[in-house]
Amino acid sequence: MDANTFLIQVLNGIQYGLLLFLVASGLTLILGIMGIINLAHGSFYMVGAYLAFSLSQYFGSLWLAMAGGVVIAVAIGLLLEWLLISRLYHRDHLYQVLLTYGLILMFEELRSVVFGDDVHGVAVPELLRASIPLTETLSYPVYRLWISAVCLVLAAGMYLLIQKTRLGMVIRAGAANREMVQSLGININLLYRLVFALGMALAAFAGMIAAPVASVFPGMGNQVLIVSFVVVVIGGIGSVKGAFLAAILIGLVDTFGKVLAFEIGGVQLLPQLSGMMIYVLMAAVLLARPEGLFGRRA
Amino acid sequence: MRRLRPATAVLLLCLLALALLPWFAEKYYIQLFTKMMIMAIFAMSLDLLVGYTGLVSLGHAAFFGLAGYTLAFAAPQYQAANLWLSLPLAMAGSGLLALIIGALVLRTSGIYFIMVTLAFAQMVFFLFHDTKIAGGADGIYIYAKPVAAIAGWEPFTLENYTHFYFVVLVLLVLVYAALRMLLASLFGRVIVGIRVNEQRMRSLGYRTFRYKLVCFVIAGALAGMAGYFAAAQFGFVTPETLDWRQSGGVLMMVILGGMGTLTGAVLGAFAMMLLELGLQGLPVVGGVDIGKHWQLLMGGFIVFAVLLLPHGLLGLGRLASQLRRKPEAARDD
Repeated sequence: MDANTFLIQVLNGIQYGLLLFLVASGLTLILGIMGIINLAHGSFYMVGAYLAFSLSQYFGSLWLAMAGGVVIAVAIGLLLEWLLISRLYHRDHLYQVLLTYGLILMFEELRSVVFGDDVHGVAVPELLRASIPLTETLSYPVYRLWISAVCLVLAAGMYLLIQKTRLGMVIRAGAANREMVQSLGININLLYRLVFALGMALAAFAGMIAAPVASVFPGMGNQVLIVSFVVVVIGGIGSVKGAFLAAILIGLVDTFGKVLAFEIGGVQLLPQLSGMMIYVLMAAVLLARPEGLFGRRA
Repeated sequence: MRRLRPATAVLLLCLLALALLPWFAEKYYIQLFTKMMIMAIFAMSLDLLVGYTGLVSLGHAAFFGLAGYTLAFAAPQYQAANLWLSLPLAMAGSGLLALIIGALVLRTSGIYFIMVTLAFAQMVFFLFHDTKIAGGADGIYIYAKPVAAIAGWEPFTLENYTHFYFVVLVLLVLVYAALRMLLASLFGRVIVGIRVNEQRMRSLGYRTFRYKLVCFVIAGALAGMAGYFAAAQFGFVTPETLDWRQSGGVLMMVILGGMGTLTGAVLGAFAMMLLELGLQGLPVVGGVDIGKHWQLLMGGFIVFAVLLLPHGLLGLGRLASQLRRKPEAARDD
């Protein structure tokens, strides 16, 4: 593997990791702050991708589709929290799992009714269609760099929101002691509704910006959900910093696992086994630190 | 003689009805009930974890599906496997997988446990889905049902659907009885204690990790038994049998029936399978083929059940009997 291929793989790995971070950060926030395990989180990634597909055809522009899609995703998030999730705060995780499992079935089937089961593509916006040439034969698409940049901006924004603003302080306080925050006169229910909608919007946005590179297909949400779980487990529940580092790590491991034909003791392993690398990584983390790299020891 | 409790009497009547079914029902219904009883065994095995030990596993399908693959591997090409060899092999294989996964996942608890069981089950799914060891995403055929020959003598043949039905019925009763005995033993008391308060059990000197691990392995092996017969009946194994939808579905069976009761798990399995069948039979309304998109209604039903039936179907019966009694006699349990 020469330097250019290596560079491309590193960029791809980081870009995939940053996308994962957008999905996993919402998941870990909703888990850590609200104590809700939300299986339907991956469905929002799918909803985002399908919104990008349908709205960009309607508006004729991916930018408008993204703006409209985020608004729709926030609206659905608020509605879901208000109608269903808010009834689960005091119930066992088991019921949260089941209810959100039911939601997945509904989202998947609604997708099938509205859009069918075909794979769709979304065009890269005109502005970002260029490629940066690395050598005579190799080049790197600008759009992928743009994805990474946007994700980094969002990650920084989230860090500032949670660590540096008054709203973020209240959210962190709510995670530590819900009743106390409430008795200080803060509407914690509204706050949770916002956190939930924000998490959902992040997942949907990830789906939207990923749509041009990853295409739009049935079951895409579930795939992302499982990997996001791995990210959250490795990073530690509730830790946005942990989710960030774990996501990049998973992105790189997954990308390089697919490229390197690895051998153990002279035995050529099946390249398909590379898909299992991230689970092996998770198992190793569980053995060393069951609470995740940045999780609080229970 | 002790007086029969009404619940026990109902149970025995249901069992009698199941035993007599093949004399009245057509082939289709006999096979349907065979499938339902297989899922009931699967649901009971999960109930041991969820309802009794308090371990919410979202990866139970891994053990179910692996047993099907074990059967496919155990059978010589285009020939039948021997039941007495391949069934223990499949259950041992699933039990071994449960031992490995359990040793890792039981280091976590709560939300982590749910996510990690799901992730490891998906790992097994991808192993069979992405590699060519067993037909990849297309799955693998099991050309002949296992033969039950002992040194040339065949007490029954699984190719006969009525025989198959009775074998599964007997196993259902055996698994039920074995789990009842297990739960009534000291071991059973300990695992229920772990669910209620693990700290206390630990301070009483019980090594709770070992108890949980043994439970996980038993549940895995029993799920393997169910998966073995499901594969044998269907004659085909696909990665979808390992998929997390399967895990979620069986979890729903346990909760729908009312977790922490073995009869609840059986009832839940029957109810879910019948509901699925009923929804699949729905007609086309307003251009939308509801029968084809039955999962939409199933999802809605699950959401509805979680919000309105916290104690499952058995809880519904308890509620009704409480309402029938005089208010002052109503117990708050």
